[in-house]
Order: sequence, then structure tokens, then C-alpha cells
Amino acid sequence: MSKEILNAKRLLCPLPVIRTQDKIKTMHVGDVLEVICTDPGVMQDIPAWCRINGHKVLETITEEMLYTIIIEVS
Amino acid sequence: MSKQRKAVALISGGLDSLLAAKTIMEQGIHVEGINFFTGFCVEGHTHAIRKKDKAKPKRNNALWSAEQLGIKLHIVDIIEEYKDVLINPKHGYGANMNPCLDCKIFMVQKAKQWIKENDFDFIITGEVIGQRPMSQRKDTMPVIACESGADDLLLRPLCAKNLPMTLPEREGWVDREKLHDFSGRGRKPQMSLANEFGFEDFAQPAGGCCFLTDKSYSDKLVDLWSARGRKEYDLDDVILLKVGRHIRPKNNFKVIVAREDGEARFMQGYKKDFINMNCSSHRGPLAMIDGAPTEEDLLIAAQLTARYGQGRDAEQVEVTIREKNGTERTVQVKPFKGDEIPKEWFI
Repeated sequence: MSKEILNAKRLLCPLPVIRTQDKIKTMHVGDVLEVICTDPGVMQDIPAWCRINGHKVLETITEEMLYTIIIEVS
Repeated sequence: MSKQRKAVALISGGLDSLLAAKTIMEQGIHVEGINFFTGFCVEGHTHAIRKKDKAKPKRNNALWSAEQLGIKLHIVDIIEEYKDVLINPKHGYGANMNPCLDCKIFMVQKAKQWIKENDFDFIITGEVIGQRPMSQRKDTMPVIACESGADDLLLRPLCAKNLPMTLPEREGWVDREKLHDFSGRGRKPQMSLANEFGFEDFAQPAGGCCFLTDKSYSDKLVDLWSARGRKEYDLDDVILLKVGRHIRPKNNFKVIVAREDGEARFMQGYKKDFINMNCSSHRGPLAMIDGAPTEEDLLIAAQLTARYGQGRDAEQVEVTIREKNGTERTVQVKPFKGDEIPKEWFI
């Protein structure tokens, strides 16, 4: 099980979703991906993408202007 | 036992593609969605930068549609490949810089490639004859099927009965009688079908999710190409054309002035890429300078920047100018009065 970080700052949706989708394709079941974004739209879109594709959102964090989503690959 | 047939649905996030996918799912076909990101589909979230749009949901409608349908959605980044479609459209532009017919041909072509790589059987779209003036006409729909290479693998469930039979119909994978014969710009049949399927909340974006159909946006894109002397762009250009007030005093530079705090915060992320300035003696917006301004041009930019701050009526204000490397200096300028800014400067 590995943990990786994806920097999606400055990207507007759906690019953070696309980057997340493409990154997860290279990971394995049980791996954890932390996606760090600046577009608040990700708080809707990445969890929606995870629900559709069966991945688990472990945590979402809003801090100042940063939005972080931690995903377990399923 | 017959083979489980699989279709990929082009999902834009609007009602028609939602209904087309559902129509085929109802016939026992396994459907997955595909959504192509050209770079020009960022409207919802770019709007979310601005305060006046805060009340709008920040959801991605294609993802939302897929979730309503309970299907997977594959979002494909085609930003680079799409440049050729926009810059050299074989079939030309619509009312603005929208190359709708070439765009649809390109997307169906990409979908054809996708079904081949992923062992799917056919493609579905939410197109309706007569729905759009360029890409959804009786004479252009066969052009899309032919030039994309999809031919009879392209099924339009909402208007299939008005079109020749496709392979999925001929082979009996789908029952043509359960498809539809919608046509024209009216929305009543779609609303009725949405009601039948139990869809109550859906997006109805005018002109789709593409802001190339927007005149103001298209004018800015044409201006960008004209000033650079060549048709080229990158994703940052695409996004920044949507943000701020764009003013071009001369061909060699333009000023992008934030209209509100949300835009200023967003533009902060580009401060290392552009000379930028703001009024330091009074409250005022952030402005970025695109192009190659001279020292004299920067003073004009400073006067413009000051015009949109609280010192607009002062005799003189101080403006801080920051170079891309972060070095700062201040200048004293008299803010432009409203009637001193020629109308043609506004893009």
C-alpha cells in the first residue's frame, strides 16, 4: 500500500478530476491518493467521480484556499 | 446466451445526452459515458470564481448525469488535439468561434477510437435533428457519421426513427420501435421523457457547455490571435479570457483588471507569469499586463488600473508595479476618467 500526493493547484474543474482519474489508473487497490486543489468545485466533483467509479473518499479538508481530498483506491 | 452488448454514450451534462443514454440502458445495453474536455467547457467553475455566481451549483453536470444514470464516466483531456479543430475547422465556425460541426465529428471520431480500444459495440449521442443550427441538421448528421468514421455504429436514440437504420438496430441489439422520433428545437418531448424516467433536476445549458458560442468570449479569443499575429493558445489563455475586464490600449499589450475579490484571488496565481500592478495608495483591483509593454505603456496600464479603484476621482494615486521576477516599484499617475477611455479599447 502506498500513499501518493497529486498537486492539482491552479487547475479548474474538470482538470483536477481528470488528473485524479489518470493518476488512480496507475495505482493499486488499497493505495491512498491525496489530491490538493484550489478550485472549490473539486469538493463536489472528485467525490462524485469516486462514487461513480467505486473509490472511497477517506477525508476532505478545507483550509484557507486549499481543498484536499484523500482517496482510497478500490 | 447472447453477448452483452456495450455502448459508450457521449455525455455533455445536458438533458439530451442523459435521455439518450437512459433510453439505451432501458433496452438492457451496458452503457458507459465519455466526456471530452476541450478546455472551453470550464464555464461553471470559472463562473464560480465570481461572487455573482456563488449561488450556482459548482457541480460538473457530466459527472452528475453519470451518477443519475448509475454509469461510469470517462473524462478525456483533448485540449491539445482540439486546437487543430478550433484553429482550422473544415466546416467553418457558427455564429461565433464555435466550430460545432467539426467539434462533433472530432468527438465521435475519438469515441470510435475509444470503443475499439475498450471492446465496446457502438456509440450513442443525444443529438436531435433540427436542435442546433450547425451540427444537428438533417443534412449534417450523416456528415458526422461519415467523416468521424463511425458510420452505422453511431446511434442517436432520440431521433433514430427519423434516420436510416444503424447496425445496432439491424442486428437487433436494440429495438428501433422503442427509440424516438424527436425533431426541432422544441423541448416538450424531452421534458416528457425526462418525466417518464423520473429525472427532475437536470442542466439545460444554452449553447451547451462550450463558451466558444459566447460572443464576448469569442471576441477576446479573436483579439488574442490578432495581437499575437498567429492563431495559437494554451490552457491558461483559455481560462484567462474568461476572467476580468480585458482592455487593449495598443496592439502590443492588454490589461486584465479583476472585477471583484474572487477574480483577484484567482489572478494571484498568475502573478509570476505576468507584469502586474495594483493601486497602493487606495483600495483597488489587481491588474495583469499581457504582451510586451513599454515603460510608457505601463503608465497607461497604471492609469487604467487606478480607474477601477477607490482612488478613481483623486488627482493622483500611487500604483505598485511588479515585474515577473517579483521586483517592485511605484509610480504616480492620474486615474483615467470614464470618458477618457476609448470604447474600442474594451474587448
